[in-house]
Amino acid sequence: MRLLIIEDDRDAADYLAKAFREVGHMAELAPDGEEGLALALNGQYDVLIVDRMLPRLDGLSLIGTLRSKGIETPALILSALGQVDDRVKGLRAGGDDYLPKPYSFSELLARTEVLARRRGGREETVYRVGDLQLDRLSHQVVRGAEEIILQPREFRLLEYLMKHAGQVVTRTMLLENVWDYHFDPQTNVIDVHISRLRSKIDKGFAQPLLHTVRGAGYVIRDR
Amino acid sequence: MTALGKLLRTTAFKLTLVYLSIFAVFAVFLLGYFAWNTRRLITEQITQTVDAEITGLAEQYRQGGIRRLVFIVEARSRRPGSSLYLLTTPAGEGLAGNVGSLSAGVLNSTGWEETAYRRLDDLDGTQHHALVRVFQLPAGFRLLVGRDLEERERLRDIVLAAGRWSLAVVIVLGVAGGLFVTRRVLKRVDAMTDTTRQIMEGDLTGRLPIAGTGDELDRLASNLNDMLERIEGLMHGLKEMSDNIAHDLKTPLTRLRNRCEEALRLAEDESQYRRALEGTIEESDALIRTFNALLMIARAESGQARDGMIDVDAAEIARGVGELYEPVADEKGIRLRVEAPAPVPLKGNRELISQALANLVDNAIKYGVSTPIEMNGAEPEIVITAVPDGERIQLTVADTGRGIPEADRGRAMERFVRLEQSRSLPGSGLGLSLASAVARLHGGELRLEDNRPGLKTVVSLPRSGHAALAQ
Repeated sequence: MRLLIIEDDRDAADYLAKAFREVGHMAELAPDGEEGLALALNGQYDVLIVDRMLPRLDGLSLIGTLRSKGIETPALILSALGQVDDRVKGLRAGGDDYLPKPYSFSELLARTEVLARRRGGREETVYRVGDLQLDRLSHQVVRGAEEIILQPREFRLLEYLMKHAGQVVTRTMLLENVWDYHFDPQTNVIDVHISRLRSKIDKGFAQPLLHTVRGAGYVIRDR
Repeated sequence: MTALGKLLRTTAFKLTLVYLSIFAVFAVFLLGYFAWNTRRLITEQITQTVDAEITGLAEQYRQGGIRRLVFIVEARSRRPGSSLYLLTTPAGEGLAGNVGSLSAGVLNSTGWEETAYRRLDDLDGTQHHALVRVFQLPAGFRLLVGRDLEERERLRDIVLAAGRWSLAVVIVLGVAGGLFVTRRVLKRVDAMTDTTRQIMEGDLTGRLPIAGTGDELDRLASNLNDMLERIEGLMHGLKEMSDNIAHDLKTPLTRLRNRCEEALRLAEDESQYRRALEGTIEESDALIRTFNALLMIARAESGQARDGMIDVDAAEIARGVGELYEPVADEKGIRLRVEAPAPVPLKGNRELISQALANLVDNAIKYGVSTPIEMNGAEPEIVITAVPDGERIQLTVADTGRGIPEADRGRAMERFVRLEQSRSLPGSGLGLSLASAVARLHGGELRLEDNRPGLKTVVSLPRSGHAALAQ
């Protein structure tokens, strides 16, 4: 995955670049909005990571300019402003995801990977992971030969996990995409929902599919 | 600035002056109109009587000739009064009458003329003014009949004098009245100015005086007082918040720092360092959470989040939050039910109301369980309801736990306050104050009630969102 990190805080940018390279991605840096825009216009990137407050050209205007020129590279906005309306503004300006500072790298990584994959990813009707199968039209979930009955929300949880099969999704990603909540529910409500789902799809099968990734989130995969 | 100078510079006094000028101009115009009209009336009267007299005299001449006319004119001339007569031969020599001399050329033209004249019997020879008419008799005799205009001139003098006097009175009374009114207004404005200066110097408890007359100054003062009330509240909140931040963020920060120091000092292998670092991250996450909650409360209280108000359904919010927390409650052996059979529409911010409700449910799950002995065999339960309540809507969370004693309920909603019984459980102590801030942002309130047994938290919101800004 090729990334462009547009961030004026040198330390933060270096830290991010290093962390992304450690997990095998390529990361380029731009220290201000104008340089970031020039690079984003010419280079081929899978995801842009844009700080909202940048010298010379702010993050939202940068993304707006890119979009008006027809460049649809997914952009993730980093911002110290974490309130609901700031998020809405960021997404309205053409951003694809919004992560308030301070964030954990595992959260940023998970979101970036999901954004990179989303591009060009076609919307399938049936998701398959190992012998687990989810039909988005008939809302039917089958593991092996056995049909699994899920509550509507459990279905959407599984659907989101399977859509991003093999990718780590974080608790906040689940809360945002499955429940459409952008606040912190204090208690680990997501963990409880996941363990319920796990008891339905993994219990009694030799091969577990739904895995917990320590310090990051969850992933569904057949290995 | 002298007191008088200040008085003269006020808006009220300037207004008085404007009114005064308008009034004076009006008075002058009125008097002028009256004078002009009277003068016209007098002139009209003179011309009418003179015309009638001339007609009469001409008739006498036709009947009795020049001798009779001379006789009558002589007789009338001798009568005292303002009437003027002169009868002349065609050559212009006087035959009879009481006019001594006239302005030159008056007799040469017939018709109306205003002229200076001297009376024949007037020995000191002062000049008077008169309105006269010259009439050409057959055979070239000329007859002049007229009236002295002294009366008209006297009237003009009277009107002029009246005008001068009334103008003087109007100006004197007006300025005095203006000063009086201005002083009264100025006194109240000065009182307001004094209070505002006092407030500017930092004493936010000052309030503007209200006279109780309900006039525009009172309305202004009462609005400003409301504003001051709000500012004082905000300032108080800000101060409280900075105190709380200082106190409650420094404690975990100190813990964080101690943990790092300890690791540096004591850790011997990688696994101990790792554990210390993990603890540090956990601690900093908790700090971030607290910080976010504080920011959100501040934001909600300052009213910045008002933009996000849209049509939402409280029943749906209740179901959503209930569904999110149901498994958590279930794990703790609590039955969680949502009673929201019909849609409950209102204007609000879905995200914030959900968060407030989530905090209440989270509290109910954490603190809403009593010991089995206290429960006396009953199953612990949390009920979330969303119901319309007239012009308002109510979102309630009721548990069957120990509840909060009535005396502690007010304090429980304050920031960072964690009642004794809850100190052992994790939490920032911001849940209730956040819910309360969200309720106030929507123009509503958060109440804590007795559920017998247990606690019932009620979020009461107006349907129209923040229509009622009463705080």
